[in-house]
Amino acid sequence: MYVAAKGGEKAIRNAHRLLAKRRRGNRNLPDIGLAQIAEQLALAVDRVMAEGSLYDAELAALAVKQARGDLIEAIFLIRAFRTTLPRFGASTPVDTGAMLVRRRVSATFKDLPGGQLLGPTFDYTHRLLGAGLGEGGEAEMMPAEPEAMPRVTDLLGADGLIEPAPAEEGEEPFDITRAPVAFPVDRATRLQMLARGDEGYLLALGYSTQRGFGRTHPFVGEIRFGDVEVSFFAEELGFEVSPGTVQLTECQMVTQFTGSASTPPQFTRGYGLVFGQCERKAMSMALVERALRWAELGEEKGAPAQDEEFVLAHSDNVQATGFVEHLKLPHYVDFQAELDLVRRMRAEREAAASLKEAAE
Amino acid sequence: MAVLARAGKGELDAILDQLAPIPAVQDLRAPEIGLVMLRGRIGGDGAAFNLGEATVSRAAIRLEGGAPGFSYRLGRSPASARVAAVIDALWQDEARRAAVEAALVPLRARLAEGAATVRAETAATKVDFFTLVRGED
Repeated sequence: MYVAAKGGEKAIRNAHRLLAKRRRGNRNLPDIGLAQIAEQLALAVDRVMAEGSLYDAELAALAVKQARGDLIEAIFLIRAFRTTLPRFGASTPVDTGAMLVRRRVSATFKDLPGGQLLGPTFDYTHRLLGAGLGEGGEAEMMPAEPEAMPRVTDLLGADGLIEPAPAEEGEEPFDITRAPVAFPVDRATRLQMLARGDEGYLLALGYSTQRGFGRTHPFVGEIRFGDVEVSFFAEELGFEVSPGTVQLTECQMVTQFTGSASTPPQFTRGYGLVFGQCERKAMSMALVERALRWAELGEEKGAPAQDEEFVLAHSDNVQATGFVEHLKLPHYVDFQAELDLVRRMRAEREAAASLKEAAE
Repeated sequence: MAVLARAGKGELDAILDQLAPIPAVQDLRAPEIGLVMLRGRIGGDGAAFNLGEATVSRAAIRLEGGAPGFSYRLGRSPASARVAAVIDALWQDEARRAAVEAALVPLRARLAEGAATVRAETAATKVDFFTLVRGED
């Protein structure tokens, strides 16, 4: 017998009202503004843009507010919103070499053209809670002319000491938002999936490679964060337009060498590129990206971070939270079936036991 | 015009006010919001990959008896995209180009100053390495 159950509308309505009340909190305190979130919780906003895979700081701030600071819920809201908009097209690939750099460090070369620029970083702070929060007035200024800041990989590449990046073959890169992913996937697809992957998950996988599970002996060739110009070829105009700039973090991980009969030993590389200032994510992405290249570079497989399907299929926190959290929704009928089954198995076991007893 | 895409709503409105009177404006395409897929390059300089999308507003107009004007700008501000398209159309008109350029001077200055401030703040965080004198030398 199947009985359809209905109900809960009133409870749901009241639960959402209660949510709105709790979201607002104490009404004696001022309501937090979106501009305040975008300016003062900028890294939370950046993370929502990166993992929501949609660059729009104002929308991300709104999502953070609506989600009461639950960033995965905020990312979910952003992903849902993007499905409501038409797509005008794709940008020409951004040139991170021409970035207006706000931070740029290299762990491989002390002296490099353009220098080491610490920018607004948590590095070297003493992690004393509350220290420095009262400040936030003026920053030191040192007038500087625009200066070329070649990527460290370009410098190494000039001498052939590092593998070149795969050349453009004129093909449209695969787009996971337009077609279902079937493993194995190419490097461009991996990067798209990693760029929107969960920061904590990629951090743990990257960390695992450092602890010996798929070791690649990484060095941070370079991390840079700053403003990059977007260019878009407008079909109807027949020329490129520049609709603005976006902030990106790029990480070039320089890893252990390889060589073959035809190529002399050279460093290999892993790449990370993320919306906003998300340095931990960019580094983790580069480590995992490199680990996934084991087959191409003739390495042995054996570590979790090298398992392409495992790594990529579980990297999206919206998919993950959807499947995990659906478990709390009503499963009354499923459970009834299992309950019946357990009762029947127990009855059969009892019947068999009493039959055996009778035989003895 | 790249510079108009980087202008705020207030700046665009001020520029348009300065250029009055404006001929009647006809929409070639209603201002709208959409997405552009931003692409990166593998390793920074290799083959393209899809990084993620950005919101973009665009507008296309024609001035009565004049040129068409277009605008694409990041974010969700279709009204501002339309204003930028009108200014773009005025700029296409050679008779008005000088006036448009003059109205753009404060905007260009603000953008240049913003970039210079970022460079100066960042330059102040540049690491000056020095080598310690070794004791045994």
